Amino acid sequence: MSELFNLEIVNPEKSFLSADDVKEVVVPAYEGEMGILKNHISIISFLKPGIMKIYRNNAEEKFYIEDGILEFKDDTLSILTSKVIKLDKLDKSFIDNSIQEAEKSLLKEGITDQQRFLISQKIDSLKSIGAN
Amino acid sequence: MPSLDDLKKRIVSVKSTQKITKAMKMVAAAKLKRAQDSAEKGRPYSEKMNKIILNLSENISDKENAPKLLTGTGSEKVHLCIILTSDRGLCGGFNSNIIKKAKSFFEKITKEGKTLKIITVGSKGYDQLKRLYKDKIIEKISFKESKNTNYFDAEKVGNMIIELFLKNEFDVCTIFYNKFKNVITQIPQEQQIIPLKSSEPDNSSSESNYEFEPEEDEILGNLLPKNISTQIFKAMLENSASEQGSRMSAMDNATRNAGEMVDKLTIEYNRSRQAAITKELIEIISGAESL
Repeated sequence: MSELFNLEIVNPEKSFLSADDVKEVVVPAYEGEMGILKNHISIISFLKPGIMKIYRNNAEEKFYIEDGILEFKDDTLSILTSKVIKLDKLDKSFIDNSIQEAEKSLLKEGITDQQRFLISQKIDSLKSIGAN
Repeated sequence: MPSLDDLKKRIVSVKSTQKITKAMKMVAAAKLKRAQDSAEKGRPYSEKMNKIILNLSENISDKENAPKLLTGTGSEKVHLCIILTSDRGLCGGFNSNIIKKAKSFFEKITKEGKTLKIITVGSKGYDQLKRLYKDKIIEKISFKESKNTNYFDAEKVGNMIIELFLKNEFDVCTIFYNKFKNVITQIPQEQQIIPLKSSEPDNSSSESNYEFEPEEDEILGNLLPKNISTQIFKAMLENSASEQGSRMSAMDNATRNAGEMVDKLTIEYNRSRQAAITKELIEIISGAESL
């Protein structure tokens, strides 16, 4: 029996990626990294900013993902996100800009703890990408 | 009876109008292709989002404390209407169809004694509504600068709505836009987004045994504001496709009408030219005879 399942990543503007030969996906879920294999229980979860890894064709693809919702059902993983970029397409200036912007919004008044947590997550993951 | 010169001038002017409408039709056709593509590409996102929210709201354990964006404030006194129109004219009945739909809704609301608040997106809507409903319009937004419909713009509108909602400025929010069916047909739509109305009562709750991480309420609380932006974005995409389609068929009609008019004027021109020649000939002949 094959160990592959379907993956669909959708942007508001378009369908970003659609594949039916995915072996494993590791996503930065809200409460920690989560690996998803075939026959995973149906789940709905949140994503926080971080790196998403997709294993298919014996290769690993990495994406930077900023937010999103994940739904797994009947061996189909759907990820709705407003911002997802392939890691090797990220350039330095974009990373620096985003970090700066995020740091600025961190200083704003009246943000909730949850927002603060998400923003600092974003900064951390961007920094770690920038360092590599 | 217009003189030959007048007719000639009219023919030339109709012809140049025809050229313009033809060019506009071409441009609209090219843009329509793109707008239609992005409307179709954008559909999966909003559909998925809706599905997930439906699943979530069925699974929610504590109905009492469910987020207000889902259940509403409990009353429905103040209605907020978002009217999505285009920024440019010359697109047939596109804008007036939305406005007509919206106006009948406004009348219904006012008759029931409820308070009405309006936000117009797109300058044409504001132009048409300002005469009757000027004091009701609390905000007008226009995205003339942005070339394509993008999610960023929709998010701005969405955040504005949520902010107003959190300030208890309104109870029910409805958006008006044109749904793109095909080039000839666009259907004006009204869609209630706050509180969320599930369009189809889904009875497939038996299969939705989901695991949630974090808790349902928390996910829902975060998802609902996003859904508002998504719904607005969807409406904007549908709208821009409809606008181009409507403009294309309007300009196609205009081009055809101009063609007909040129034909008619040309016949008239030729007839009066012939009449003039005949008249001159008769004059010459009768002049020669009298000699």
